[in-house]
Amino acid sequence: MAYKFDFGAIVPHWELLVDGMILTTELTVIGAVVGVGLGIMGAWARASRAPVISQIVGVYVELIRNTPFLVQLFFIFFGLPALGVKLTEFQAALLAMIVNLGAYSTEIIRAGILAIPQGQIEAAQSLAMNRVQIFRYVVLLPALKKIWPALSSQIVIVMLGSSVCSQIAAEELTFGANYIQAINFRAFEVYFVVTGLYLAMSILLRMGLKVLGNFLFERRRHV
Amino acid sequence: MSEFSLWDIVYNLLLAARWTVLLSLTAFVLGGIVGLLLLMVRTAGNPWVVRFVRGYVELFQGTPLLMQLFIVFFGLPLIGLDVSPWVAATFGLTLFTSAFLTEIWRGCVESVGRGQWEASASLGMNFTQQMRYIVLPQALRIAIPPTVGFSVQVVKGTAVASIIGFVELTKAGTMITNATYAPFTVYGCVAVMYFLICYPLSLFARHLEGKFRNVAR
Repeated sequence: MAYKFDFGAIVPHWELLVDGMILTTELTVIGAVVGVGLGIMGAWARASRAPVISQIVGVYVELIRNTPFLVQLFFIFFGLPALGVKLTEFQAALLAMIVNLGAYSTEIIRAGILAIPQGQIEAAQSLAMNRVQIFRYVVLLPALKKIWPALSSQIVIVMLGSSVCSQIAAEELTFGANYIQAINFRAFEVYFVVTGLYLAMSILLRMGLKVLGNFLFERRRHV
Repeated sequence: MSEFSLWDIVYNLLLAARWTVLLSLTAFVLGGIVGLLLLMVRTAGNPWVVRFVRGYVELFQGTPLLMQLFIVFFGLPLIGLDVSPWVAATFGLTLFTSAFLTEIWRGCVESVGRGQWEASASLGMNFTQQMRYIVLPQALRIAIPPTVGFSVQVVKGTAVASIIGFVELTKAGTMITNATYAPFTVYGCVAVMYFLICYPLSLFARHLEGKFRNVAR
């Protein structure tokens, strides 16, 4: 009884996959922008000389980095309503991705900031730049440039991790796949194709982030 | 129906956490073995093998772990193997782990200078001897901190195995939630238990990093 593959069985449902890819992309883009923003603030707090804030951020980073994304997602979606915070599936998925990426990018960006030589900051001070200017031009931009590859990898990991958001019925790509295999019972074929789609998306995302990095950091040099 | 006290919740989660630990250990050890084999054949340098290993790593790093587990879980029965969630989870996580470890270790082996290879070759050592006596002892020291660090990712990865029906910590959390309707408490406890497993590993990795950095200096 050899199994006959039937990839054609997916074709009638292609719209579900496209919708799923669009939602995965939305989650990733919004999650990445806000998450990295959160990471920049977190890294600033970690590098600042306010010990209490620095420690609070430190606890946040360790809590998130040492628990699975799936559990964070369940806690936000199923647990928070007990505190009166009700979120839709999309909002919960997005919040989980932001909180997750925020913690990882805090740590990555902090490493970049620590690598900035003290002399650069002193030189900026001697040019009478204020603290915000120093942080923006002398610390943050060179730090981001240095850690951009690591940050890009983390964003790709978060995009791939979003596949578990199907478990709270956020209608992203994996949700579409689950839905289709529930209709046509072609589980292997569906997941095989969707794996290929994820691979393509991660390659595209990595390329896009590389282009964005060049745009952000190379052209700035001449300004 | 009996009532669940907090202790009942914690006790049942602890029972399930054993499976998380067991799955993590199995996947880590088997993944390490496969990863080491891949590293060996890759370093030996047949261009086709190099290409294959690169593709293998790209495949597992570029797709979600959940999809990998689904493909194993639904794919193995198609070639006639009847797999339980435990077998599928172990198999999937082993492949996942091997891809990441072989990539981490490749960086470590490449950081051993070219001159070391040439010097040992000039002493008439063959590939196995070079690896065994010259390259691996040096690469191993650099490799230990990131390897320990990656073990945290494996532990967290086992949570995804709950989705294919393997009853470990996360799945137990879901089941207990369905019985108690106390998701805040239950998932809070689940998160704490993962933290208790992972945080010591993270600290250990950081400690090793500092230690080996001092040695290098």
